[in-house]
Amino acid sequence: MIDATGRPRSLLLLGGTSDIALAVAEAYAARTPGLRVTLAARPSARRDQASHRLEAAGCTVRPVDLEARSAESHEAAVRAAAEGGDVDVAVVAYGLLGDNERSWTDVAAGVELAEVNYVGPVAAGIALGALVRQQGHGVVVALSSVAGERPRRSNFVYGSTKAGFDAFYTGLGEALREHGGHVLVVRPGFVRSKMTEGLDPAPLATDPQSVAAAVLGAVDARKEQVWVPGTMRPVMSVLRHLPRPVFRRLPI
Amino acid sequence: MTALHPAAARRRLTGWGRTAPVVSEVAGVRTPDDVVALLSSDAPARGLLPRGLGRSYGDAAQNAGGLVLDMTGCDRVLTVDADGGFVRVEAGVDLDRLTRVLLPLGLWLPVVPGTRQVTVGGAIAADVHGKNHHVSGSFGDHVIDLDLVTPDGKLHTLTPDGPDAQLFWATVGGMGLTGVVVRATLACIRAETSYAVVETERCRDLDQLLERLAEGDDPSLPYSVAWFDAMARGSRLGRAVLTRGRLATLDDLPAKLARHPVRLPSTAGPSFPVVPGGLVNRASGLAFNELWFRKAPSRPTTGVHGIGAFFQPLDGVRDWNRVYGPRGFCQYQFVVPFAEVDAFRRAVRLIARSGRPSCLNVLKRMGPTNRGLISFPAPGWTLAVDLPVGPGLDELFRDLDDLVLAAGGRVYLAKDARMPEGHLERMYPRLEEFRAVRAAVDPDGILVSDLSRRLLDRP
Ligand SMILES: Cc1cc2nc3c(=O)[nH]c(=O)nc-3n(C[C@H](O)[C@H](O)[C@H](O)COP(=O)(O)OP(=O)(O)OC[C@H]3O[C@@H](n4cnc5c(N)ncnc54)[C@H](O)[C@@H]3O)c2cc1C
Repeated sequence: MIDATGRPRSLLLLGGTSDIALAVAEAYAARTPGLRVTLAARPSARRDQASHRLEAAGCTVRPVDLEARSAESHEAAVRAAAEGGDVDVAVVAYGLLGDNERSWTDVAAGVELAEVNYVGPVAAGIALGALVRQQGHGVVVALSSVAGERPRRSNFVYGSTKAGFDAFYTGLGEALREHGGHVLVVRPGFVRSKMTEGLDPAPLATDPQSVAAAVLGAVDARKEQVWVPGTMRPVMSVLRHLPRPVFRRLPI
Repeated sequence: MTALHPAAARRRLTGWGRTAPVVSEVAGVRTPDDVVALLSSDAPARGLLPRGLGRSYGDAAQNAGGLVLDMTGCDRVLTVDADGGFVRVEAGVDLDRLTRVLLPLGLWLPVVPGTRQVTVGGAIAADVHGKNHHVSGSFGDHVIDLDLVTPDGKLHTLTPDGPDAQLFWATVGGMGLTGVVVRATLACIRAETSYAVVETERCRDLDQLLERLAEGDDPSLPYSVAWFDAMARGSRLGRAVLTRGRLATLDDLPAKLARHPVRLPSTAGPSFPVVPGGLVNRASGLAFNELWFRKAPSRPTTGVHGIGAFFQPLDGVRDWNRVYGPRGFCQYQFVVPFAEVDAFRRAVRLIARSGRPSCLNVLKRMGPTNRGLISFPAPGWTLAVDLPVGPGLDELFRDLDDLVLAAGGRVYLAKDARMPEGHLERMYPRLEEFRAVRAAVDPDGILVSDLSRRLLDRP
């Protein structure tokens, strides 16, 4: 359980090599000495590095295997995380940006994006929902994106997967409320990270540490949605309502 | 969560501090037999826990995802023996009700906490103390016997010196983790009136207060406590209002009051409204502290007060815990040995320097420990502050923990909502004995609270 002053004792990172997930874990580790972290990701050198990074931050890390495109793999990872005691915060952080032009012209590429960014997270959400109902408490941090709020020509396949993801986790929050669950949907703008390496930062770009700080603040305040940076919220609100001919011509 | 018990309903629970909400199945219990039946059937996956009126501040009376037995319906007063001076009750009876039953018979409870809205079961489980701890000890010291249902569904009658004394003293202060108390017999004291004679004096700073308290206690005034200003800094650090009293006899009452020497404290008055964001901030906190200090007469005075006003001044406002806003608040209460008066000073300074608003700050001397394995009271200085949850609160608590640990003190579990793992072992020297009793009566770990998950049960 997250204690009265906002300290969890254990975290589950689904997509444990994501820069944002790691930044969230580090931020919590600063609050909770000896924080237990289950790091679910594909076995790889990157996962090893991520483990070392969290150990250096004082965490006790347990790596478990996760294959984003396999539904069973999510259930197994959640079960493994719950073995050592309650899971206080779970972060659903994995995702692919993909190449938009390929993604809407090549079936395999488009379907992969849909599976990794939407189908997998649905499996994760179902497993986490079962865990929260059993525990009577639990926070799920779901990393969505402003891209899902209004799909753009330049990244609409990714945007469409995030739109589905966002709707699923928003609804999951409603469903878990009466069971003591708290789901936070996080909508960052452009985050400078491994995922966006080589891309030109969009306006209002942010970094993983800022996203992590916003996540902790929102969890503390029991908010259900947070935009990062905060100014993204009014910006997106305007963008959502622009007539399509105008929106189309925007240089974004 | 599927229903764990036919009569259970899913409910969101917190402690009095309104932090860390969780959901449990709550089953209303009406009789001791209900408890026996519940504990004799299959144990729920996440265990079960008794709960009284939820006046513990943190997570002691909640069990996330498990079953919680609401004991407040098991509330019969079974016998009152006015001549023998004892009362036998079911554990869900609250101290307010008991006060109303006892006072007209010339009896009262030897130990009452700062609110009458606690059940007898909760008072035993936390081994609560009152303003007279240094003279009369804590609640458990006046329990003649108690009936405990252990997780195997068996009913045991325990006495402080009987064959099961170890289980008795693990249950007193044991935070509901040894079984469910269903009945108890309590020794009473004589009370001719429902009034107290109270001496009130101001102390200009912490040094003067500690000096006054160290002069020793006036045995003719067994109740004593100081309210102190937790926000004033510099030369006014720790300025305080010291009150000491005793129960009034008929002779103490002015003629007007003597005509009705027993006037029961009024039942809870207006309810506190829900205020988004809460009302306590630095400005209102400072104003409150100033007012409270000024309210006390500048010269020592003696007066007659109703026991409600003297012992439980907050019981007049229902739901006052909402004043702290949606994130709730924590109470931090610790005790350090008398010799560690410097640690005590530093703690007051830390709290004042933090600039956090705290209004209900009490300080008193405690007397000897009893045999409760993890009872809180210990000889020394105790201090309690209420602090709204906000950024950085955790760091203040960590600093206070360090001070308390270094001074050989301890934190009160009935107030705790945040202590990290590992501290308890250093604070409660008899913790391993407590663990051993628990392992013997509850080998399958059926009695579980969020507090025990956090501090006692190693994952
Ligand atoms: C305004 C205020 C002032 C207070 N002042 C004082 C004070 O001066 N001194 C002091 O010592 N405390 C004080 N307290 C704390 C309070 O007295 C204790 O927390 C007490 O335990 C609350 O009783 P409850 O019935 O509400 O129990 P709950 O808070 O519901 O439960 C507390 C613990 O008791 C256990 N429990 C409850 N019923 C049973 C049962 N039948 N059998 C076994 N275990 C049981 C629970 O499992 C839990 O661990 C104060 C609290 C408030 C809100």
